[in-house]
Amino acid sequence: MNIIVCAKQVVDVREIKIDKQTNKPILKGIGKTISDIDKNAVEEAIKLKEENKDTKVTVLSVAPFDAREQVKELLAMGADEAVLVSPPEEFDYNTVSTLLAKAIEKIGDYDLILCGEASVDLFSGQMGPRIAGLLDIPQITYARAMSIEGDKVRAERDLTDKAVKMESTFPVLITVTKEINKPRLPSLMGILGAASKPIIEWDGSDLLEERMEPGIKSVDLRGVSMERKNVVYGEDPEEGVRKLVISLGKEGLLG
Amino acid sequence: MVLIYSNNKKLTLEMIAKGRELADEQDGEVIVAMIDEKDENLANEYISHGADKVFLVESGVENFKAEEYTDIMANMVNDVESGPVLIGSNKYGKELASRLAAKLSTGCVIDCTDIYMEDGELTVERMVYNGNAISVERFSGRPGIITVPSKLFDPLKKDEGRSGEVIEKSYDVSSSYSNIAGIEEMPSEGVDVEAANIIVSCGRGFKNREDLHLAEELADALKGKVIGCSRPISADLKWLSEDHWIGLSGHKVKPSLYFAIGISGQIQHIAGIRDSGIIVAINKDPNALIFDSADYGIVGDLYEVLPKLTDAIKKEMD
Ligand SMILES: Cc1cc2nc3c(=O)[nH]c(=O)nc-3n(C[C@H](O)[C@H](O)[C@H](O)COP(=O)(O)OP(=O)(O)OC[C@H]3O[C@@H](n4cnc5c(N)ncnc54)[C@H](O)[C@@H]3O)c2cc1C
Ligand SMILES: Nc1ncnc2c1ncn2[C@@H]1O[C@H](COP(=O)(O)O)[C@@H](O)[C@H]1O
Repeated sequence: MNIIVCAKQVVDVREIKIDKQTNKPILKGIGKTISDIDKNAVEEAIKLKEENKDTKVTVLSVAPFDAREQVKELLAMGADEAVLVSPPEEFDYNTVSTLLAKAIEKIGDYDLILCGEASVDLFSGQMGPRIAGLLDIPQITYARAMSIEGDKVRAERDLTDKAVKMESTFPVLITVTKEINKPRLPSLMGILGAASKPIIEWDGSDLLEERMEPGIKSVDLRGVSMERKNVVYGEDPEEGVRKLVISLGKEGLLG
Repeated sequence: MVLIYSNNKKLTLEMIAKGRELADEQDGEVIVAMIDEKDENLANEYISHGADKVFLVESGVENFKAEEYTDIMANMVNDVESGPVLIGSNKYGKELASRLAAKLSTGCVIDCTDIYMEDGELTVERMVYNGNAISVERFSGRPGIITVPSKLFDPLKKDEGRSGEVIEKSYDVSSSYSNIAGIEEMPSEGVDVEAANIIVSCGRGFKNREDLHLAEELADALKGKVIGCSRPISADLKWLSEDHWIGLSGHKVKPSLYFAIGISGQIQHIAGIRDSGIIVAINKDPNALIFDSADYGIVGDLYEVLPKLTDAIKKEMD
C-alpha cells in the first residue's frame, strides 16, 4: 500500500512578535517547523506501515527547497521518502492544492492520502478537501481514529455535534485531528537512517500546464497585539487571593 | 448574485443579512440553498428576512457527505452564475466550501471576520498566525467562496411583506464511494461560552474530572456559571463536552472576566481569549506562559488557591 502524507512547513507561531512601529507581525528570522498536526498524520502513516506489510510512506510538501531540514525529521520518524515541490512566486490555496494534486498523480499508484485537520499558521483546513476534490476521491475529514481492514479503511470523525463512523475503499483522503495519536520522537537510529533516504525535488512550474493566477491576494497584514497588565502574586496563596480580590474589586468586576 | 448555504438556520439568517448588503451593492439577488430540508415555512422565513429566492434541493442521499453536496453546490453556482458564495462555518460547511472551491478552481477563505466590497472587489478579513495578525484578502475572479462563523452578523428584521420565490430544484449528483457506517450524537451541555460574561476555564492542571467542581464553585460564586476548558480537557479526556472548548480550534470568547486555571497558556488557547476583558491565571508554575497573557495571576496549587478564592469572592459579593 502507498500512503502519501501532505506536510506543511510553517513559521513557528510561538515566536511571532508584532513590530510596534509598523504594526506588522515580524516573520523574518523566525524558526520554521512542520505544522503540528501533520506530525500526527505522519505518525498514523508509520503505524499503518508497521501493521501492514509492503507499505510505503511518502511525505509530500509544497515548500521552498530549504524545507529539506524539516522534512528530514519526518524521515527520521519513519517515513520512507520525501518529495518537495517548489511553489511559484505568487500562490494561493488554489495553486498549492493544484501542485499537491499534480504531484500526487505524478507519484502515482496511491491508496491513502493523509493531511492534518488544519495547519497551525493559517488554520484553514482547506487543503485536504481541495486535494480530494481535484483528485475526485472521497474525503474523510476530522478523523480521530482510523484503521485498515482488508481493502477498506475505517475512520471515526469528530464533527462537534456528531461522531460519525465512516468506511471507504481506496484511494481516499483522510484529515486527522491532534487527538488521533501522539507523534513519536525520532530515535537515534531513525535520525541516522534518515540521512540515506531520498528527498526528491520537483520544480512546481514543471507540474503545471500553465501559469496559475492566484484567485486571492493578500492586500494587508495587520498585527494584533495584546497588552496585558501582567501582575503576578507569587507570595503565599492566602496573600495572593486577598490581593487578587482587591484588584478585581477595583476593576469593578465583583458585583 | 450571492449564494448562501448552511445546515444551520441561525447562521443562514445571519449570512442573509450580509448577503443582502453585498447583493444590493451590485443590484443582485440573494439566493439561499436549502438541501434536504423540505420546509417551505422556513424558506418563507428566509425570504421575510431578506432572501430573494430559496432553492429547495433534494440530494437523494441519506446523510451529508461533502462529495455529494459539492456536486449540488457546483451545479447551482453554474446554474445561477453566482458571485460570492457564503457558507456557514461549522465543520460541515468548511469541508464543503474547500472541496467546492477546488471543483470551481476559485479562491476560498475559511472563517472570515469581515466581508466588504473595496475598490469594486470582494474583500475579506481573517485571523492568521493564531490571532497575532489580521490578513486582508481580495478576491479576483468569480465566484469566490467564504465561510462565515456564527454571530458575526446580525440577522435582518423580519418583514412579512417581502416577497420572493421558493423554487424546487434538482441537480445531478454522483455518489461517493465512502460509506457512513454509523452516526452518534455527541454529548452537549448546551453552554454558550461565546455569549458568557464571566468564564472560569479549566486545563490539564486538574487531576480528575470530579475536581472540576472546584471551578464550578468559583463560577457560582461569581454568578458567572459558565465553565470553559482547554482542548485536551474536552478532546482527549472528554471531561467536558465540546461546547466548553475554547481556543483556535474551539470557541472564541469575549467575556469581561476570564479565569484560566491550570492552563499552560499555549498560543492556540490564547487565540480564543484575546478579546477578553480581564484575564486571571492560576498556575503552580511561575514560568507558565499563561502569565504573559494575563492581567492578574496567582502562582500556586489550584487545589489550595481555588477554595480560598471562592470563599473570598463569596464574602466580597455579599
Ligand atoms: C493546530 C492546533 C490547534 C489547537 N487548538 C487548541 C484550542 O482550540 N484550545 C486549546 O486549549 N488548545 C489547543 N491546542 C493545544 C494547545 O497547543 C495546548 O496543547 C493546550 O492548550 C494545553 O492544554 P492545557 O493548558 O490544559 O494543558 P497543559 O499544557 O498540560 O498545561 C497544564 C498546566 O497546568 C499547570 N498545573 C498542573 N498542576 C497544577 C496545579 N495543581 N495547580 C495549578 N496549576 C497546575 C501546569 O503548570 C501547566 O501549566 C491546539 C494545538 C494545535 C497544534
Ligand atoms: N504547502 C503544503 N504542502 C503540503 N501539505 C500542505 C501544504 N499546505 C497545507 N498542507 C496540508 O493541508 C493541511 C491543512 O492545511 P490548511 O488548509 O492550511 O489548514 C495541512 O495539515 C497539511 O497536511
